[in-house]
Amino acid sequence: MKKIHLVLLVLIAVSIGILISFTNTTSTYDTIGTAMSKPGKYVHLMAKLDKTVPLEYDAIKNPNYLRFTAVDSLGLSVPVVYNNAKPENLEMSERLVLKGRYKDGTFQCEEIQTKCPSKYKEEEAKGLKHPGNVPDPRTAP
Amino acid sequence: MKYIGENLLPGQLGHFFIILTLISSGLSTLSYYFAARQPESVDSHNWKKLGRISFGIQALSIVAIFSLLFYIIQHHLFEYHYAWKHSSRSLEFKYLLACFWEGQEGSFLLWSLCQSILGLLLIRRAGTWESPVMTTVSFAQFALSTMVMGLYIAGWKMGSNPFILLRDSGVLDNAPALHLNFDITQSLRPDYLSSIKDGNDLNPLLQNYWMVIHPPVLFMGFASTLIPFAYAIAGLWTGKYGDWTKQALPWSLFSTAVLGVGIMMGGMWAYESLSFGGYWAWDPVENASLVPWMTGVAGLHTLLIYRATGHSLRATYLFYILTFLFILYSTFLTRSGILGETSVHAFTDLGMNWQLLAFLLVFTIPSLFFLLRSFKKIPAIQKEEEISSREFWMFIGSLVFFLSAIVISGQTSLPVFNKIFGTTLAPPEDVEFSYNSIQLYVALILAVLTAISHYLKYKSTTRSFFWKKMLIPAVLSVVAGAAFMIFGEVDYEKKGPVFQYSITLTILFSFYTVIANASYIWLGAKGKIREAGGSIAHVGFGLVLTGILLSSANKEVISNNINGIPAPLGEGENPRENLTLVQGLPVTMGNYTLTYLKDSAHPKKQLWYYKIQFKNQKEKEEFVLTPNAFVNYKGNQGLMANPDARHYWDHDVFTYITSIPDPENQKDTATFKSYLQKQGDTLFYANGFMTIDSIQTRSDLPKELFGEKGKLYEVPIRVQSKTGTSYSIVGRAAFVKNQWISLSDTLVSEGLILQVQEADVNGTVRLGIKESDALLKYVTLKAYRYPFIKVLWYGVWLTAIGLLLSMINRIRKNRTATTSS
Repeated sequence: MKKIHLVLLVLIAVSIGILISFTNTTSTYDTIGTAMSKPGKYVHLMAKLDKTVPLEYDAIKNPNYLRFTAVDSLGLSVPVVYNNAKPENLEMSERLVLKGRYKDGTFQCEEIQTKCPSKYKEEEAKGLKHPGNVPDPRTAP
Repeated sequence: MKYIGENLLPGQLGHFFIILTLISSGLSTLSYYFAARQPESVDSHNWKKLGRISFGIQALSIVAIFSLLFYIIQHHLFEYHYAWKHSSRSLEFKYLLACFWEGQEGSFLLWSLCQSILGLLLIRRAGTWESPVMTTVSFAQFALSTMVMGLYIAGWKMGSNPFILLRDSGVLDNAPALHLNFDITQSLRPDYLSSIKDGNDLNPLLQNYWMVIHPPVLFMGFASTLIPFAYAIAGLWTGKYGDWTKQALPWSLFSTAVLGVGIMMGGMWAYESLSFGGYWAWDPVENASLVPWMTGVAGLHTLLIYRATGHSLRATYLFYILTFLFILYSTFLTRSGILGETSVHAFTDLGMNWQLLAFLLVFTIPSLFFLLRSFKKIPAIQKEEEISSREFWMFIGSLVFFLSAIVISGQTSLPVFNKIFGTTLAPPEDVEFSYNSIQLYVALILAVLTAISHYLKYKSTTRSFFWKKMLIPAVLSVVAGAAFMIFGEVDYEKKGPVFQYSITLTILFSFYTVIANASYIWLGAKGKIREAGGSIAHVGFGLVLTGILLSSANKEVISNNINGIPAPLGEGENPRENLTLVQGLPVTMGNYTLTYLKDSAHPKKQLWYYKIQFKNQKEKEEFVLTPNAFVNYKGNQGLMANPDARHYWDHDVFTYITSIPDPENQKDTATFKSYLQKQGDTLFYANGFMTIDSIQTRSDLPKELFGEKGKLYEVPIRVQSKTGTSYSIVGRAAFVKNQWISLSDTLVSEGLILQVQEADVNGTVRLGIKESDALLKYVTLKAYRYPFIKVLWYGVWLTAIGLLLSMINRIRKNRTATTSS
């Protein structure tokens, strides 16, 4: 066997190994119920803002503290704490993807993705959004 | 029904040219196919002629479509859906082009136009390879032209036509005011167009000069990957497995340069104008175009190996074919909507997913089939490469580059994996680290290989030759590295010491890459710039690595908020990077003192500019940044922020607005409270206290305005805030015609409104105080400092320049070789 073939095999094996180990680091999409059943585990929580409960955010006191209640389609709700600026379109969004962990009765959120019924959808809270991805409003349900 | 005011001619012409493109590109494909099948026959010449003519017609049609659509947008013909949807009357002229390619249809047309230009060049240059290569190019044009057809075939939508009328698009169907008798079941009113006063406008995020130049360069890059692919297919088809490589090499160099610049322009755009918080976020859309660039670079290097030694031809085929296939895959990923969350499908696709998939498969299946069928026939040298040879290490470098691209593509394809296997896997917690933790080591390996490989000779290198040549750059690199270790540092601790150490090591090796390749311009190419394209490109690549590592690893959060009320944070808490600045109140953060000075509005748009002053005591710099934000722009609730940056030779300071006060909370609910005060009294408020210094009167007042007993009191008040700042303001009250008139004075930073309500010369004052949050004008922002980011941008340009120099050199050599033979 040629040396170069040996290198080839080793590198391919390493690449496959990396990809397999990557699938182990992935998280999951969860409802509030399933997220509560695995406290401390990083999940993508699918929910929306519960507008019946007042939202707590005061940019002057602390721009990095937002607290609100999330409710999902199954009717469960959970208080959410987000240590970042309040996404501007939080109140308008019809769906939220909350990335974080459920712990000690609250959902510690690290990133919020908002899905809005407005003209330009899916402005992610973090702004992580490629302009090439701007979807077509015609096809919005 | 005749509608008033519609200009239907451009649309009808547009429809005609779209059909003409489809037919002529189809005819061109067939003609070139027959020409290539029997290259020696008499018919072949005629077929080729027909192929050329029809390709020319399709190129002209694309230009015509392009011009017509631009005419429609420029003249605000809102009877056309495309103009209505993507533009508006208030839009500046420079953004009209941006409107053109905001939509999928326009960007397909742009791609098609780029391929047409390259196709026409090929017809001039390809010689005997013209027919087989142009068969693939014409077919690609045919496939692209179906994307703008806009036909429904048995319920399947084929293409999306940019010339569709607004009234046919379905947008107006549910607007009763535009229908006869206000009944949506009846037809539109003949004068419906008079109600369509303005278009929907270009997405405010895209109202940016980068949107004007980034897409054309990127699509030229996309189009350019077709050419090496077409040559490789032609090689498999004709059985002349190696001959095409000479012609394909300059194309490959061109493609690497243009696609690379196109991608990095997107990075610059993200950095300068979008609130990505950086130039690269491992966003799926970014990755999707990076991957084919990387496989293309791998192909370029194996091609060079083949040209010099005869090795690596099979790998070259694989890399070039996959490069184009990855371009198609990226098109599929970004346009099909599959990247949206698996379970929250907030929106569906254009209804063209089957077509996008077909577009991908119609190239993937045959090309991989041809490659597998002929793989064994592609010549390969049985003799093994020497370990001391350049080709051995170049091949390993290409392989690492290629596999790294495959890994990135695999990670990006998680939504596709979910779709195929029905899983609900979500991206990992730290998405960026999941890429960085692997790609850092790829960068390390590539830095070393890029540094040494030019000092190795093809076939084999003697040890003494290598070390003799390598000595100077090695010594220089050690000096540079030592200087960095003494004066610089890698301040990236959050992922542990191993990662921090690896970053440092990679930085040192990227210095080595820059120095070794810069030295090679003199040591190897003897200072002949024309011959030194490769070295220049490698210096650029080294600078890119250096710039990425230094700017990202030592990125400093200026707005790191250590004030504020401590919040219960979970483990692995987010760095709290938002800072609230109250207007006029300086806040010191590390070396910087930030002050929100004022804001101003765009004369036409709902666009606000916020002036933020930055002062750095240590480095004696002082400047004002003006990040802006669209606020509730044309029905888009919320904020769309654009950053601003200050550039220095060794660092950038960068800021963007993350939050502004909610207008709902800005309603003033507080009321005045009155206090009777004497001169010298102290009065407390929430954040401090105030004293009345003196009470002055003026009586030299015009009687006709103030009446007989008219008086004006001026009351200087000193306000001492808890933070240590003191302010002096002057309250004024006038006694006019037996009535008190008070002038309120505000102290924005303290949230205070003061009002002298009554006063008399004996020294008593009735002071009204209102403390209101609503008074506070504030912005919440993030601010960063990126060191040495310029190194990255210069690196990108230098890489492109090196590649283009190389391309010119290869074209020149090819030409002299042809004329001499």
